[in-house]
Amino acid sequence: MSDATTGTLRVKTGLAEMLKGGVIMDVVNVEQAKIAEDAGAVAVMALERVPADIRASGGVARMADPTITEAIVGAVSIPVMAKCRIGHFVEAQILQSLGVDYIDESEVLTPADEEHHVNKWDFTVPFVCGCRNLGEALRRIGEGASMVRTKGEPGTGNVVEAVRHIRAVTDEISWLSGLRPEQLFAAAKDLQAPYDLVKWVAENRKLPVVNFSAGGIATPADAALMMQLGCDGVFVGSGIFKSGDPSKRAKAIVEATTHFEDAEIIARVSRNLGEAMVGINISDIPPAERMQERGW
Amino acid sequence: MKVGVLALQGAFREHIVSLEALGVTALAVRLPEQLDGCDGLVIPGGESTAIGKLMETYGFYEAVARRHEEGMAIWGTCAGAILLARSVLDALPGQRTLGLMDIAVRRNAYGRQSESFEVGLDVSGLSGGPYTGVFIRAPWIESVGEGVEALARHAGRIVAAREGDLMATTFHPELTGDPRIHRLFVEQVVGSPRA
Repeated sequence: MSDATTGTLRVKTGLAEMLKGGVIMDVVNVEQAKIAEDAGAVAVMALERVPADIRASGGVARMADPTITEAIVGAVSIPVMAKCRIGHFVEAQILQSLGVDYIDESEVLTPADEEHHVNKWDFTVPFVCGCRNLGEALRRIGEGASMVRTKGEPGTGNVVEAVRHIRAVTDEISWLSGLRPEQLFAAAKDLQAPYDLVKWVAENRKLPVVNFSAGGIATPADAALMMQLGCDGVFVGSGIFKSGDPSKRAKAIVEATTHFEDAEIIARVSRNLGEAMVGINISDIPPAERMQERGW
Repeated sequence: MKVGVLALQGAFREHIVSLEALGVTALAVRLPEQLDGCDGLVIPGGESTAIGKLMETYGFYEAVARRHEEGMAIWGTCAGAILLARSVLDALPGQRTLGLMDIAVRRNAYGRQSESFEVGLDVSGLSGGPYTGVFIRAPWIESVGEGVEALARHAGRIVAAREGDLMATTFHPELTGDPRIHRLFVEQVVGSPRA
């Protein structure tokens, strides 16, 4: 009988496999975390402020106060994720020491390094990272991310960027799948991604890790749309706790994510949810303030 | 033979792939009426609270119990083992289970994700050497009733068990590509006489 090994790639990607078909919800306190767990969230993202409030308040957004993260870790039995700044490996070390189950190296916070992301192979705890296209996804996986999420545009309640990003990823996977082996070297150069991962994707016609959708999902129909477009599950940030009836909306989004191909069920759960969060048109956000541009 | 895989949330796709590789007709089950005609059911890994709430909303507790009564075999992996158990330690207040199998399961028994691990297991009835158990925020089986056979242990705790046409594993055979435990379920547990 061999000894038990922790922190293996299979154990890290395996937790993401268990989250599939589920909804991960942003929460800023214990009360919200319990509402999310009770609504059927598969995990919560512990934050100091949801993206809509980060966007509104401006300034530098950092890792949450450990008190908030610890309180949420202690309050729910489902996995807890937390965000560190891009490239801020000390924030990541702190989050690992707090016992979080997944670290999101996130563009929602202000980047700490404009050239390098965290070397995620250094950690026992798994990482999820954002991407807008296949090259970005494979660069993050090359750095050790064991789950990715398309970025969308956080804190907007506008699904258009999330759709753009999942379509980019799936279109590029289709393109790679049609290439001859000798073309994959040039494809890796064009995608600016590790050759071995490019070859794997071309042969398997899918990403090597689980891919969720994030950034702009506000309704059950939005969640089902992202699932039909090929995402494995959804993150809902501001969309739940910036709406009129968070508990009811959270449950409805959970049901729509499971039954994403059943229009009758999606119609039923979409009734009388109260007010959705007020959305923002992407063209009204100056390019420099678009969070999706962060990360490289 | 037709085996349903409960597809409310979690790693159901991997179970379907593993079952189809054995030549079994595997079906993603999202509504209770899809259980009709299933000889076996796999309840996959995922979040037991999330799967349990969706089971409640869609009437699965009654439907699964009724189909089991009619002879449908059931295998629960990880969250699925929790949902099969008669009692759950460290459960969420009011967390409901099927309560079909005479085992007591402790949720998140090994700790948080940093403590998730893989290890070689000796599984009773499997030839061909140790089976790699992938344990992810896994439960363990704290105690079993009479008539329940422990199939595997790790560090003194039961991690796989069988009671007639019910089987529970607290690890994830669907993540390893090793077909032996799926084969055990299909060939020996499905269609076995009621204990």
